[in-house]
Amino acid sequence: MNAKIADRIATAVFVLIALLLVFILVGLVGYLMWRGLPHISWHFLTSPPAFSEAGGGIGPQLFNSIYVLFLTMLLTVPIGVGGGIFLAEYAGDGWLTRFLRSAIEVLSSLPSIVVGLFGLLVFVQYTGWGYTILGGALALMLFNLPLMVRTSEEAIRSVPRDQKEASLALGVSHWRTITSVLLPSALPGIVTGAILTAGRAFGEAAALMFTAGMSSSRVDFTDWNPFSPLSPLNPMRSGETLAVNIWKVSSEGLVPDAREIAAGASALLVIVVLVFNLLARFLSRWLYKKMTASSS
Amino acid sequence: MAELKEARDAARYHIAPEGKTVLNVRRLNLFYGKKQALFGVDLDVYKGEVLALIGPSGCGKSTFLRTLNRLNDLIDGVRIEGEVLWHGENIYGEGQDLIEIRKRIGMVFQRPNPFPLSIYDNIAYGPRIHGIKDRKRLDEIVERSLTQAALWDEVKDRLHASALGLSGGQQQRLVIARVLAVEPEIVLMDEPTSALDPISTSRIEELIGMLKKRYTIVIVTHNMQQAARISDRTAFFLNGYLIEVAPTPVLFQTPQKKETEDYITGRFG
Ligand SMILES: Nc1ncnc2c1ncn2[C@@H]1O[C@H](COP(=O)(O)OP(=O)(O)OP(=O)(O)O)[C@@H](O)[C@H]1O
Ligand SMILES: [Mg+2]
Repeated sequence: MNAKIADRIATAVFVLIALLLVFILVGLVGYLMWRGLPHISWHFLTSPPAFSEAGGGIGPQLFNSIYVLFLTMLLTVPIGVGGGIFLAEYAGDGWLTRFLRSAIEVLSSLPSIVVGLFGLLVFVQYTGWGYTILGGALALMLFNLPLMVRTSEEAIRSVPRDQKEASLALGVSHWRTITSVLLPSALPGIVTGAILTAGRAFGEAAALMFTAGMSSSRVDFTDWNPFSPLSPLNPMRSGETLAVNIWKVSSEGLVPDAREIAAGASALLVIVVLVFNLLARFLSRWLYKKMTASSS
Repeated sequence: MAELKEARDAARYHIAPEGKTVLNVRRLNLFYGKKQALFGVDLDVYKGEVLALIGPSGCGKSTFLRTLNRLNDLIDGVRIEGEVLWHGENIYGEGQDLIEIRKRIGMVFQRPNPFPLSIYDNIAYGPRIHGIKDRKRLDEIVERSLTQAALWDEVKDRLHASALGLSGGQQQRLVIARVLAVEPEIVLMDEPTSALDPISTSRIEELIGMLKKRYTIVIVTHNMQQAARISDRTAFFLNGYLIEVAPTPVLFQTPQKKETEDYITGRFG
C-alpha cells in the first residue's frame, strides 16, 4: 500500500516537472515571439543598422552570423569527425588517449567567455589580425570541437561490431571499412551532432565579442571577391554577429528603437536555432532510413 | 600427446590417404591479456573437407576459428604464439598480406550480419572494394554467388531491395554469398545456424553439403547432431585444449578420450 502511494506521488512529481519544463519552454519562446515577431520584416532583415535614428535593420549581422557559422562548420566538422574516428578506431587505451580525453573534457566545460578571451589573446593580439571573422570562427571551433568529437565518436562506436567484422573478414582494410561501413552507418548521428553544434555556434555571443568584434566593418554587398577588403566574404574583416548585436544593442544601444531591434533579433535567433534542432531531427531520421534501405 | 598424434594419423587415413592439407595449426597458444584461452593446439585442415569444432561453451571454439583469419588481431591485448600455416606459410609471419588472407579465408558469423544496403550491394561490396568496377562483371559475380548460396531464385526479382527485409535464414545465405563473392578458398563458420529456425537450419546444412565440393569449410557448432550430419571430421575442444580430432563417425562412435566420451554422451556441457 505504502509503495503504491509512494509510486503515485513520484509519478505526480515527475509529471509536474515535465509540465513545468514544457511551460517554461513554451512561455519563453512564446514571449520572445510575441515581443519580436512584429518587428521582423524584409526591411529589418536586409538593411544595415542605423546610428542614431529609429528604423535600422540587422542585415550585415545576419550575414555575418551565417558566414561565421559556415567557416566554423568548415573547420569543426572535418577535424571533429577525424578526432571521433581516431578515438573510436585507432586510439588504444594508453596514457596518451586518456590524456587526450581529459583534455577534451576540460575544453568542453570551459565557459564560452573564457574561450573568447583565449581567442582575443591568440587570434586577435598574437597574430596581429585584430578583430576578424576568421578569428571568431577559430574561437567557435575551439568551443565546439569537443562536442563534435564526442558525438562523432559515439556515432561510430554505436555501429554494431559485427558490421565492422563482416567487412574486415572480407579482406577490406581497416580504413576502407571505416569509410564504407562505419561512417555511412554513423552518418545520422554525425549529422545530428553537426547541426546541434551549428545551433550552438549560431547563438553564441561571448566567444565572438572579443574575436570577431562588436562592429561590422563597412561592406559592399556587390563585391564578392573574398580577397578584396570591402567584400562581405573577406574573412579578415571584423564582423559583428546577430547574437553579439543583441547583447550590444540592449546594453549600449543609442537608437531609440533599441529594445525593438533586440526583440526582433532575439526572435530571429530563436527561430533559427529551433529550425536547426528540427532539421537535425528530420535529417538524421531521413538519413537513417536512406542508409538502411536500398542504395542503388 | 601420443594419443593425439594417433588420432590425427587416423584422420589422415580416413579422409585423404594422399591428404592435402590447406591449414596446419602448430602449437597455438592464445592469450587474452593474462588469461590463456588456447593451449598448444595442433590441428590440420584438409582440402575440401567439412571440419566441425565442438565443445562446451567457453572452451575456445570461436577464439580458435578467429585465429585462422586473424580476426583476433582486432582485440586489444591478444597475444598469439605458435603458427598457422596456410599452404605452408605462417599467416602470422612477417610481411603477410592481411587482405589476401582474409579474402581467401572467409568468415560467416553467428548472427546474420548483412550491411544495411541492397541485396545486390551486399554481394558486390567485397568485389567492388577489391577493384572490380565493371557493371557486367559485378552482375555476373552477384548472380554466381547468390546461385551458389541457393538464394538466387528467391531474390532475383528484388536485387535492389534492402537486405534487411530478408528473413533470418535468407540473410544468413546472403552473408554466405557475400563471402563467396570474393572467391575464398576456405570458409569459416561460427555457429551459423544457432540463430535460425529448424527449416532455415536444414537449408543451410544442405548448402554446406553443396559448398564443400568447391570450398574447405571449418564450422563451429553447438549441436552434435549437426556435426554428425554435415562434417567429415570433428574436433573436440575443452577448456582451451584440443582433446581429440577424428573422422566424425569415429569420434562419435569410438571416442579415444574419456572427456570426449563424457561430452558426447551428455555427461556435461
Ligand atoms: N575478447 C575477449 N577478452 C577476454 N576473454 C575472452 C574474449 N573472448 C573470449 N574470451 C574468453 O575466452 C574463452 C573462450 O571463448 P570463446 O568465445 O572462444 O568460446 P566458445 O567455445 O566459442 O564459446 P561459445 O560456445 O559460448 O561460443 C572464454 O573463457 C571467454 O570468456
Ligand atoms: Mg563461440
